[in-house]
Amino acid sequence: MDAIATFAVVLDSAIRLSVPLLCAAMAGLWSERAGVVDIGLEGKMLVAAFAAAVIAAQSGSAWAGLGAGILASVMLSLVHGFAAITWRGNQIVSGVAINMLAAGLTVILGNAWFGQGGRTPTLEGAARFGEITLPFAQTLREQVPGFGLIYDEVVSGQSAPAYLALLAVVLTAMVLKRTRFGLRLRAVGENPAAVDTAGISVAGLRYGAVIICGVLCGLGGTYLAVSQSAGFLPHMTAGKGFIALAAVIFANWRPWPALWACLLFGGLDAVAIRLQGVALPGIGQVPVQAIQALPYLMTVILLAGFIGRSTPPKAAGLPYVKER
Amino acid sequence: MSAAPIELPRWADTALVPLVSVAAALAVSGLVVIGIGESPLEATALLLRGALGSAEGIGFTLYYTTNFIFTGLAVAVAFHAGLFNIGGEGQATIAGIFAALACLWLAPLPGLLLVPLAILAAAAGGALYGFIPGWLQATRGSHVVITTIMFNFLAATLTVYLLVEVIGKPGSMQPETPEFAAHAVLTPMHKLLAPLGITLPSTPLNSAFLLALAALVAVWALIFRSRLGYAIRTVGANPRAAAYAGISPARITMVAMAISGALAGGLAVNEVMGVQHRLLLDFTAGYGFVGIAVALMGRGHPVGVALAALLFGVLYQGGAELSFDKPSITRDMVVVIGGVIILFAGALDGLFRRAVAVLLRPGRAA
Repeated sequence: MDAIATFAVVLDSAIRLSVPLLCAAMAGLWSERAGVVDIGLEGKMLVAAFAAAVIAAQSGSAWAGLGAGILASVMLSLVHGFAAITWRGNQIVSGVAINMLAAGLTVILGNAWFGQGGRTPTLEGAARFGEITLPFAQTLREQVPGFGLIYDEVVSGQSAPAYLALLAVVLTAMVLKRTRFGLRLRAVGENPAAVDTAGISVAGLRYGAVIICGVLCGLGGTYLAVSQSAGFLPHMTAGKGFIALAAVIFANWRPWPALWACLLFGGLDAVAIRLQGVALPGIGQVPVQAIQALPYLMTVILLAGFIGRSTPPKAAGLPYVKER
Repeated sequence: MSAAPIELPRWADTALVPLVSVAAALAVSGLVVIGIGESPLEATALLLRGALGSAEGIGFTLYYTTNFIFTGLAVAVAFHAGLFNIGGEGQATIAGIFAALACLWLAPLPGLLLVPLAILAAAAGGALYGFIPGWLQATRGSHVVITTIMFNFLAATLTVYLLVEVIGKPGSMQPETPEFAAHAVLTPMHKLLAPLGITLPSTPLNSAFLLALAALVAVWALIFRSRLGYAIRTVGANPRAAAYAGISPARITMVAMAISGALAGGLAVNEVMGVQHRLLLDFTAGYGFVGIAVALMGRGHPVGVALAALLFGVLYQGGAELSFDKPSITRDMVVVIGGVIILFAGALDGLFRRAVAVLLRPGRAA
């Protein structure tokens, strides 16, 4: 029973750590499937986390915070879209700019408004997303050994944005695969000229994808500040946007594998936290940094084609020019 | 929005467009200053006085400029080869590790030998760390942009590990190496110039500044006056044409990334060997990313890079002074300005080219 309990606790924290990754990964997936490369996921999550924490603190409502986070993130997305779609600018350059802008702006505004070194006030009560206990959690825990415990620890007791993030995966997979919008969107990422010939607006579809990307980054950022922590801390995304990018590459730009990649990366993080200062039998103490470096390392190895192949959407990163 | 490429006279293209985008970026940043309830004019005056108003201020400004010359050149050289190196942070970090190891391990050597060796070690470390993504792109097809992002994080985690577990100063709570020997560091400028009868206030400005100026000239000669530079520019303009002309794009990709990484290593020379005199966590402090703004503003030309680096030197030093006087305007303002400049000068280039075209030929917008 003890082993199951430990497993449940680690799994629970793995899920908690992978929710922001999951949101950002779905966001990146939408954008890149439509042909707009987005390395600004990090910046958008950061801005969303900040906006969500500010509004949640002012209004006392976590849901208002979520709205603000999504709004802020979508605005940044539109900046990226304006540069990348309308003005056919370099998408990587635009992404780098958005990351820098977000890192600087959140600290400056936070410092100017609250004077706590860029932090926002601590969120309490309704200003934070509480844990939602699913039906029968307690009963199952008491009556069904093993499964009941995992159901109570892992499946139940997550916050609303975490369930929304899982819903986003389902929706992403369904919409991309089964709807006309999804088909067209994927086509825009592979061969925009064909879509254009069919009389469908390339720019319109790409803007759509970029806005969805903004909404999902907003959800991820809000989760960080209003659910996982009780407020905004400067640079609190700490590279999660880039890990999410790695997860998208890992998953070959497909939703369900992206979910597993995010859970894997979140799991690695959870294990790294748990292994701090623990000596493993036979191996000795594993440096925490080695585990933290794994997602980045695996991505490099995967990209180099040493394990499997990664095939990005063909038109990703290329602005669409009608006359080409 | 499918206008033909906008034709501009050369002077407008190389000078006016970047100037307009920088002006626009500063205007946007002014709005942020207004947003936090301060006067942008007063802030600008304080910033300029802090950066250029005293010999000490100028010393600090040029010290920051040194960093930006190195990282700006690093990005610029890769740009000429059509590569986007956003791994300056990681390359400088590895260069810092190499430099620190050289300074610590080779300490018995005399300074005249040790310092050049340590500088070479830094360049080699940066070059190696730039070469690997270049090699991966050239031979395995993984994109340099993604690989260098991952490499930035790998370098950061490696430094934490090394400083905490391996080469950290025993007994220190800070993750840092022991201080280098006195003969293993670069001479501060005020000491260097004192024998010539020039007295300067004590600032972090050191002989790495001279190295940066030399790097500017060297990169100019390399890119515009050498066979290799020609090959780099050809690959950047059209890899297929280059291949037909007998230039190997794969080889140039690797060489350009290695040179780029070596230049990013200059940041470590200035910071680790010139100022801190030990290896610290996060000594790169985002200078690598600002290098992107510097290279974009300077249009990849060493003269432009020098001017852009100076501008960012002024912003960094002036920003530091400004945050003393106005605690609400933190130094992160410079990061915002850098971000907006990258956005305007890099990604929204087309918008400003059109604006300039309209400006030059009113009524006949391209």
